[in-house]
Amino acid sequence: MTESTAVQKKRASFRIRIEPRLSEPPKWYPVAVSFGAIIVALILGGVLISFAGGDPIRSYQHIAKASFGDTGVLSDTIVKATPIILAALACSVAFRMKLWNIGAEGQFIMGAFGASAIVLAPVLPAGTSRWIFIPVMMVAGMAAGAIWGFIPGYLKAKFNVNEIISTLMLNYVAVAWVNFWIFGVWTEGGFQMSPKFPNEAWLPRLLEFAKTFPALRGLTTHLGLVIGIVAAIILWFIIFRSRWGYEIRLIGDNPHAAKYAGINITRNVIWVMMLSGALAGLGGMSEVSGVVHRLQTAPIAAGYGFTGIIVAWLAKLNPLVIIVASILFGALILAGREIQPSGVPKMIQGIILVCLIASDFLLRYRIVLDRGEE
Amino acid sequence: MDFTIILQAGIASGTVLLFATIGELFSERAGVLNLGVEGMMLIGAMSAFSTTIATGNPWLGVLVAMFFAGLISQIHAFIVITLQADQVVSGLSLTFLGAGISLVLGEGLSKAGTVSLLPSFSIPLLTLIPIIGKIFFTNQSVLVYVGYLLVPLAWYYINHTRPGLHLRAVGEYPSAADALGINVFRMRYFYVFIGGMLAGLAGATISLAVSPGWFSELTTGGQGWIAIGLVIFAQWDPIRAAFGAYAFGALRRLILDIQGPLVLFGFNNPFYYNPYLGFFLQMLPYLFTVIVLVIGSREAMRKRIGAPAALGNPYIRGERGK
Repeated sequence: MTESTAVQKKRASFRIRIEPRLSEPPKWYPVAVSFGAIIVALILGGVLISFAGGDPIRSYQHIAKASFGDTGVLSDTIVKATPIILAALACSVAFRMKLWNIGAEGQFIMGAFGASAIVLAPVLPAGTSRWIFIPVMMVAGMAAGAIWGFIPGYLKAKFNVNEIISTLMLNYVAVAWVNFWIFGVWTEGGFQMSPKFPNEAWLPRLLEFAKTFPALRGLTTHLGLVIGIVAAIILWFIIFRSRWGYEIRLIGDNPHAAKYAGINITRNVIWVMMLSGALAGLGGMSEVSGVVHRLQTAPIAAGYGFTGIIVAWLAKLNPLVIIVASILFGALILAGREIQPSGVPKMIQGIILVCLIASDFLLRYRIVLDRGEE
Repeated sequence: MDFTIILQAGIASGTVLLFATIGELFSERAGVLNLGVEGMMLIGAMSAFSTTIATGNPWLGVLVAMFFAGLISQIHAFIVITLQADQVVSGLSLTFLGAGISLVLGEGLSKAGTVSLLPSFSIPLLTLIPIIGKIFFTNQSVLVYVGYLLVPLAWYYINHTRPGLHLRAVGEYPSAADALGINVFRMRYFYVFIGGMLAGLAGATISLAVSPGWFSELTTGGQGWIAIGLVIFAQWDPIRAAFGAYAFGALRRLILDIQGPLVLFGFNNPFYYNPYLGFFLQMLPYLFTVIVLVIGSREAMRKRIGAPAALGNPYIRGERGK
């Protein structure tokens, strides 16, 4: 940063001056700015909803009630948040290194495919203990996602191929790939979906314990939430407490310094893309085994990978904050299903992201008011 | 299968990619990476179609599409040029925003039925050229011919005019351009706007000419992203961009048409008898984009040519180094 820039605007009797921040802002400040950005986004979204002929206040009330109104819908919100947590963790670790992995969606889908293959191929026969089934599915999902992350990582490291485009293109390939299998090989009666998985391949849900705890009746929150939270904690330790995490952060902040410090950037690009893919793949496994219970494109490729990008950014790439932000977005998606017009949640996500990025300006610059001079 | 007919349709479908690619090329030449092409195309396709339904005039639809997409591109311009934010994230958010807005405002448009489309015609005399006349100049939409004109114009403008020289200076060495009295900020805003307008035109080309109608996000189906890949393959040169765009257009058509006939090259057509094999055909444009990127990136590394030097960096007056 250099001395104050000369961006000045004349207003009636006072002036607004913009100058670069020289010191770190207080800790609460970025949080406040993010909240402010979300509030501005919701207002802008409301304006657009009323443009499209809707009632913004009722839409927002509806979102709040349909997602946090009682334990039943709260549980549904958490179910929606679970895949977002893992997808956002996947994005956050890649973004931390300034690797723009836009392919969490495809890695998520491939993870679901890999986990399903254990059931459908079948690798393990139906009737195998749940204690074996679920860990094997988790490993398969992570492996499939990691492979899908390895491809763009390798192309980036070896040929300097732009990872934004390659990861995005692989999303479309993943959808077509899964469609081929569920239509051509594992179809159930000619429909584009596989047969339902046996119970052993389902992640345990809260409602299974309703006999001992009646309050849990009907709650579909599944073990995927625990998997997501554990993954977030592990990732936090990797990023902030390990040597590898330090390398990732250094490459992201200053690749030249990292290079001179002897860090192998090529290898890190490939490893981080594989870790990112594995996390997204785990999300796909959790969704297919915890919610959908069969391989089917529409509910799996529902855009969780893209929402993960926004959530990762909102959480400033912090794995623990991602859990909270995911629940907010889970609520938005859950309630969005009932709102007309149906594009509203997507639009609001877009506006929130735009406002968040614009608000970053306030972290780097100070706006100073000078009164009484003219 | 008659390949001239497939190529003829391929040129029309490639025109979509052509507009989007040239638009992005202008923006990147000025140093601004705009990943929002897909969103701007959706905005363009939606507003072109809905304006044409409302007024019955497809020309007005094209104009509104270009204006609206250009307008939305200015959000990105403001965030990355004035607020100096990261161009990658801002461009992504523009794609989300464009998709969301076009879904909300395009609600119900898919059931709107048919509208009057842009006219198609043949160019007299030129149609008489064997094969080429049939592929390029017979019964093509007016926008296809606009595309033919745009390519040499863009090439000449960038490489052989004074404003084109300024454009390149802003993308390669903004502080030198600034020292020469060129307004870097205004130029960047302007070329992002041009990029947005051309992306809007690309969207209008889909919804009013190539595959008429509004099919929500499937209208563009990732073509905006392919266009960004093509810019890299084209190494920021409009002529190469045109080759890439038309080749991809032909590929898209071929994939659609290859599944139709019962007999292919004297054999039973496997894609007709096993429709699920069609999913592998669907992967091809996306896999090809990756392959094209590998080729383009390797060539750029070998020849030591690359992106405009200032691509992706905000210009901050008085900051050292750039």
